[in-house]
Amino acid sequence: MAAILSVRDLVKRYDGGFEALSGVTLDIEKGEILALLGPNGAGKTTLISTICGITEGTSGSVTVGGHDIVNGYRDARRMIGLVPQEINLEPFERVINTVRFSRGLFGKPKNEAYLEKVLRELSLWDKKDSRIMELSGGMKRRVLIAKALSHEPEVLFLDEPTAGVDVELRKDMWKIVAGLKASGTTIILTTHYIEEAEAIADRIGVIAKGKLLLVEEKQALLTRMGQKQLQIDLTTAIETVPDALAVYNLELVDAGRALLYSYDRRGERTGITSLLADLASAGLTMRDLQTKQSSLEDIFVGLVAEDAA
Amino acid sequence: MNWQAVRSIYVSEMARFFRTLMQSFISPVISTSLYFVVFGAAIGSRIDQVDGVSYGAFIVPGLIMLSVMTQAISNASFGIYFPKFIGAIYELLSAPVNFLEIVIGYVGAAATKALFIGVVILATSALFVDLQIQHPFAMIAFMLLTCVSFALFGFIIGIWAQNFEQLQLIPLLIVTPLVFLGGSFYSISMLPPIWQTITLFNPVVYLISGFRWAFFGMTDVPIGLSLLAIASFTALCLIVVWWIFKTGWRIRK
Repeated sequence: MAAILSVRDLVKRYDGGFEALSGVTLDIEKGEILALLGPNGAGKTTLISTICGITEGTSGSVTVGGHDIVNGYRDARRMIGLVPQEINLEPFERVINTVRFSRGLFGKPKNEAYLEKVLRELSLWDKKDSRIMELSGGMKRRVLIAKALSHEPEVLFLDEPTAGVDVELRKDMWKIVAGLKASGTTIILTTHYIEEAEAIADRIGVIAKGKLLLVEEKQALLTRMGQKQLQIDLTTAIETVPDALAVYNLELVDAGRALLYSYDRRGERTGITSLLADLASAGLTMRDLQTKQSSLEDIFVGLVAEDAA
Repeated sequence: MNWQAVRSIYVSEMARFFRTLMQSFISPVISTSLYFVVFGAAIGSRIDQVDGVSYGAFIVPGLIMLSVMTQAISNASFGIYFPKFIGAIYELLSAPVNFLEIVIGYVGAAATKALFIGVVILATSALFVDLQIQHPFAMIAFMLLTCVSFALFGFIIGIWAQNFEQLQLIPLLIVTPLVFLGGSFYSISMLPPIWQTITLFNPVVYLISGFRWAFFGMTDVPIGLSLLAIASFTALCLIVVWWIFKTGWRIRK
């Protein structure tokens, strides 16, 4: 698949010398959902703002659908929809008017049928004549999405779409994103919720201190970095791990009532079978077994810490 | 040119105007009537005539100019300041539009509103005094140019302003005094000679003089000079706006 968005060595340095982006290179394929994951101040919003034209990059280049964002800004920007992090709406404006305004601003002729479809999909149709200030926070966020979709963009940026919203609304937002993906829209979203990236992204990019630490398929990332743990609950507590089991590097937890075994599930041999056999010969009896895969959170924390070191 | 965008900005700005139509309409009518009572009736009864024109009629061009300038500035400055203030400007910055389209949309709408107010005041004045307009086309041209140039000026103020106080500062501290001292309510020739010379440094004098010429055929300064003054002011504002968008001053981080 061809890249719809291509970022090359993008640097953004502010007048004070602070470097918000230090040479980001990234390709995004048509139709995928990429989650940019990073702590606050990592440069996620700066990256999006620079691609969308809100801030100017210091050096490097960005193309959208082959159009350079500086020399071909009109063609590039027509393809992009942006849902900002903050709710920046005129309070006195009516929903339908603000959506019409956005469509026109992006140079698209009137198409009330399309706007109705967008508003219906976002459950905003019955609010179309309400003023923005009469809407709840969640509804306002939907209006921002409707505005971004009003001109039928091919690439949609969602800057922290679920920051500060409740769990239910977050799930709603994920459904909306899944629906957009199904309709062929390429989506780039930033988040600092790992579960969000884990739940909806195809690929995950980890960004910290203006650098893109890695971009990988979500599953590959989980597998590659994925340490698994096997927890063995014992019927009776023990004080030390028997010498016969020393090779497994077991950890005694839960006041001696459980053993923890770490292994790499990509490995040819996980060592589980022999461990269980040796466990029996050491005279220990199992009450229960469970395995745990490290979450993105663990991976992420590991990566950021590694970079800081 | 992205004319759809120009149209969208214009329509959305005009919608704001129509939301407060009664205010926009009634307040100039009342204030004009008050000016006529105070200046026309009270003072006018002592002044009688200025260069063969009744004092009541004499102040009409100045009154219209006063409102047109302040309205053009306040509408245009608010129009661009408000999205900047609430953050909605992100949309303008990320849209496929250039500075010219944004300016035509915002300034065009602000100029339209100012023009509307100007016409309302002209109509209200006609109820109080006998008005003659010797050069109707020149009158319209002057009014239009003033609307556009001061809307441009207001647009610059709106971008420059970083809070609501600053938004009011220039109109209140500079524009209103310049208009009052610009011969709205008197002819420059009524002033002592030293003040006549000082007044010539006030750009508004040229506008009001030219505008008054369109009504009554008389001027404080030559009409060519008036035209030159308003044309230069418009050009200056355009250059500043162009520079603002080129550098992103106070709009792009």
